[in-house]
Amino acid sequence: MAKTGEKSGGSGKKTLKRKATVEEPEEGTVTGDGATQGGVQPPKATAFPPGFSISEIKNKQRRHLMFTRWKQQQRKEKLAAKKKLKKERDALGDKAPPKPIPKTIDNQRVYDETTVDPNDEEVAYDEATDEFAPYFNRETSPKILITTSDRPHGRTVKLCQQLSTVIPNSHVYYRRGLALKKIIPQCISRDFTDLMVINEDRKTPNGLILSHLPNGPTAHFKMSSVRLRKEIKRRGKDPTEHIPEIILNNFTTRLGHSIGRMFASLFPHNPQFIGRQVATFHNQRDYIFFRFHRYIFKSEKKVGIQELGPRFTLKLRSLQKGTFDSKYGEYEWVHKPREMDTSRRKFHL
Amino acid sequence: MAASSASRNQVWVGTETGILKGVDLQRKQATNFTATGQPQREAAVSALCWGAGGETQILVGCTDLTVKRFCTEKGAFQGQSKLITCVDSGVLRVWHGDEKETLSDPLLELRVGPGVCRMRQDPARPHVVATGGKENVLKVWDLQGSEEPLFRAKNVRNDWLDLRVPIWDQDIHFIPGSQKLVTCTGYHQVRVYDPASPQRRPVLEATYGEYPLTAMTLTPGGNSVIVGNTHGQLAEIDFRQGRLLGCLKGLAGSVRGLQCHPSKPLLASCGLDRVLRIHRIRNPRGLEHKVYLKSRLNCLLLSGREDWEDKLEEPQEPSEEPSKDPEVDELWASLEAAAKRKLPRADPTLWAAGTQKRKKCPRAVSS
Repeated sequence: MAKTGEKSGGSGKKTLKRKATVEEPEEGTVTGDGATQGGVQPPKATAFPPGFSISEIKNKQRRHLMFTRWKQQQRKEKLAAKKKLKKERDALGDKAPPKPIPKTIDNQRVYDETTVDPNDEEVAYDEATDEFAPYFNRETSPKILITTSDRPHGRTVKLCQQLSTVIPNSHVYYRRGLALKKIIPQCISRDFTDLMVINEDRKTPNGLILSHLPNGPTAHFKMSSVRLRKEIKRRGKDPTEHIPEIILNNFTTRLGHSIGRMFASLFPHNPQFIGRQVATFHNQRDYIFFRFHRYIFKSEKKVGIQELGPRFTLKLRSLQKGTFDSKYGEYEWVHKPREMDTSRRKFHL
Repeated sequence: MAASSASRNQVWVGTETGILKGVDLQRKQATNFTATGQPQREAAVSALCWGAGGETQILVGCTDLTVKRFCTEKGAFQGQSKLITCVDSGVLRVWHGDEKETLSDPLLELRVGPGVCRMRQDPARPHVVATGGKENVLKVWDLQGSEEPLFRAKNVRNDWLDLRVPIWDQDIHFIPGSQKLVTCTGYHQVRVYDPASPQRRPVLEATYGEYPLTAMTLTPGGNSVIVGNTHGQLAEIDFRQGRLLGCLKGLAGSVRGLQCHPSKPLLASCGLDRVLRIHRIRNPRGLEHKVYLKSRLNCLLLSGREDWEDKLEEPQEPSEEPSKDPEVDELWASLEAAAKRKLPRADPTLWAAGTQKRKKCPRAVSS
């Protein structure tokens, strides 16, 4: 942003005399010369030494002036370039080259080698025999236990209640300070398939532990942007008892597949289309957005949606192989910020 | 083509789906080998070690109580050879198997106590093995000798709250050049034991991290070990002074297998995050190769060959027979150890191992 070289006197702007400072060895002020050129031209053009930057001017007002002048000039040049380009495109008409696609971080995502190829047999076998196989083979149907950390406050309690209306066949229990490792064998004996624990900090829910029960993986998420039903604008009426459909978006890598299957195993297999309700887990840039909507088809192609239900954002922190055991369990994936977040274009889910 | 490429593989990895993968780092390729052609989760590979005859054979221990032999030259599973096996319930058996006989009687059977996590054979003295596990204190056995262990370690003193310190030996290594052993525990401790000294308690204890240490390997320098824990952290610990020399980054999941090259400063690591990584341990410390292998990895074997970086020629003839050892050690030198982890209780009926179809033995064997 250093504006080197001479400036043509801006329209009507005064060129003030400057104090000679150390940074400007060559005082290019030729006030005298400007005066001799005649009154037609603007007062003077200060000649700057090469390699000079506006930020080196010590006087704040003067510096601000020079900067605004430079900025206006940049804007003018940009507008002119745009107009020129538009003119050229119009002139070419149909033969104009297609518009270039703007680069976004999602566009520029580094290709992840763990991206699952749908034809891959080894991964297909791995998925067909993993811990979720009983659910996907229709041998078990989900039964969820929702609980919180100890002594939850109002928001968390309400979130649990609303989640239990969203997820069919779920039960909310108050956590009376019980250890999770003691709760888990009891859940298994009562045929629960999943355990959801909503962690709370300073009266807001901020974490989610999702453990698939018989011996399945445990995922620990960071939860943010929680909006309860009354905080959602333009929402529809409360959800009904119908089983919703599920949408899982953009879980492409192997880790993403595991997490996607984990979310899918929370809901029963047979969605009731009469209810027209859908739960969406949308993964973008490693953040998973949960939304719950009711849809209605106005015509073949047009759909209207109403958001019901709570909404929150999750980010995966770790995936552990067995049921919840943070001390002695083996982790399949742990998020390590200093090692994994070095590139802005690399995502893991 | 499969034959020559099989010998080119520098790292062999066993997975939870029962597939043995050979990885060629030069070309960054992995080839899958299964005993039956289809992956089987019941036959997950839990232990790998080199068989007799240089590094041409691999013994594969699976969780369905079988041990298979894999020939790297031909790229196929074959019959069984002599070996020592130990199962999770603590039954250690020495087998004497032939190519033709599918059934064998155990030559020797020992009970080492339940909950065994690791059995390791001393490379210098093949008749000596060490076992250890969860609430199973470290014991060194002489297979030629008596039923009693040669050395039985004692637990450390009670801690500062006067509580008994629990025992969970996850990995054991014999330190070359002396009788000492080094173990790493599930309570994030690294301990050195010296059977030669009158003290049965550990000579040195160092701790690292706050998660269970699952794998350990000795470095080529000889003074340190590299340990990995369930969080994917790798650390090099000097066992002479008990201090941390440095860490290695990169793993995201629990470390299941670690092995150092015998002469080069290279470390191969595999874990639950399905990626095989080769790190350079010194000057400079960092990641060399990374290969994504699609299943969770259980164990690995690194080839100790010197000619890693050079291109290998096509092998013209099969490798020669190894030279015979002196008579006293002949039997023991050809014994291989295959430690099995996490197996169901071993039942007294014998499963014949090695052939592609598992056959129940015709005669019952008394245990």
